[in-house]
Amino acid sequence: MIDRISDAFRFDQQALGLREQRQEVLSSNIANADTPNYKSRDFDFKAAMQGALEGRLHLPDTHLTLTSTRHIPGKAMTPNPVELQYRQPFQPSLDGNTVDMDAERIEFADNTMRYQTGLTVLSSRLKGLLTAMQP
Amino acid sequence: MPLTSIFQIAGSAMTAQSQRMNVSASNMANADSAVGPDGQPYQARQVVFRVAPGASQPYGEQVGGVAVAGIVRDPAPPRMVYDPGNPLANQDGYVTMPNVDVVAETVNMISASRSYQANVEVLNTAKNLMLKTLTLGQ
Repeated sequence: MIDRISDAFRFDQQALGLREQRQEVLSSNIANADTPNYKSRDFDFKAAMQGALEGRLHLPDTHLTLTSTRHIPGKAMTPNPVELQYRQPFQPSLDGNTVDMDAERIEFADNTMRYQTGLTVLSSRLKGLLTAMQP
Repeated sequence: MPLTSIFQIAGSAMTAQSQRMNVSASNMANADSAVGPDGQPYQARQVVFRVAPGASQPYGEQVGGVAVAGIVRDPAPPRMVYDPGNPLANQDGYVTMPNVDVVAETVNMISASRSYQANVEVLNTAKNLMLKTLTLGQ
């Protein structure tokens, strides 16, 4: 019963988690607007969300057992659903920094709004469930 | 937890920008200090920033705050001012003045304060989101 409830909220939980992560990346861009050679980062939310929903997180990490020190360590790591990419700069600056403050601020505001939308939707779904549970 | 690390990121940026403003203020204040404690004219200083990636982040995926990598002295040549009446003047009547570019420092100061404001805004937004998340389901 409880796992059904947590399943019902899995989508919203994933979406909010990824929004939170994107918020961190964007705030890092804004913070490093004056750092020489800093490259602006971002990720494709749609691809990350699809990756998270398809359960890319559920594979366990695998390490090959090494029986000799001359073995190459073999690893199979779970791909992170979030693949950070570099933003294409419109106006790169002379010190190698590619943060475009206007674009970052717009993305930040947009992401904030979408996070709040996600929260509102989740909140009303919770309320609906609570109403259904009333005796 | 990303929302709390936004506090760390924006906070470190604010610290770094305020240090930049501090250095800029020192440069502007000493734009005419012909002699310092070491007997030499004041030399302009500049702050160099670097990324301070958060812990436990895989290589190539580093996002994070800002740290001050160091404060470097501006290697520009000093300004020579003709003032034969000055006790510091050399035999040709020129006084060695600091190499501070006041216009550049003013621009630096405005840029630092704008970046500081942007980070304050980021911090406020993250705080509001966190407070909203805490009231979830009420």
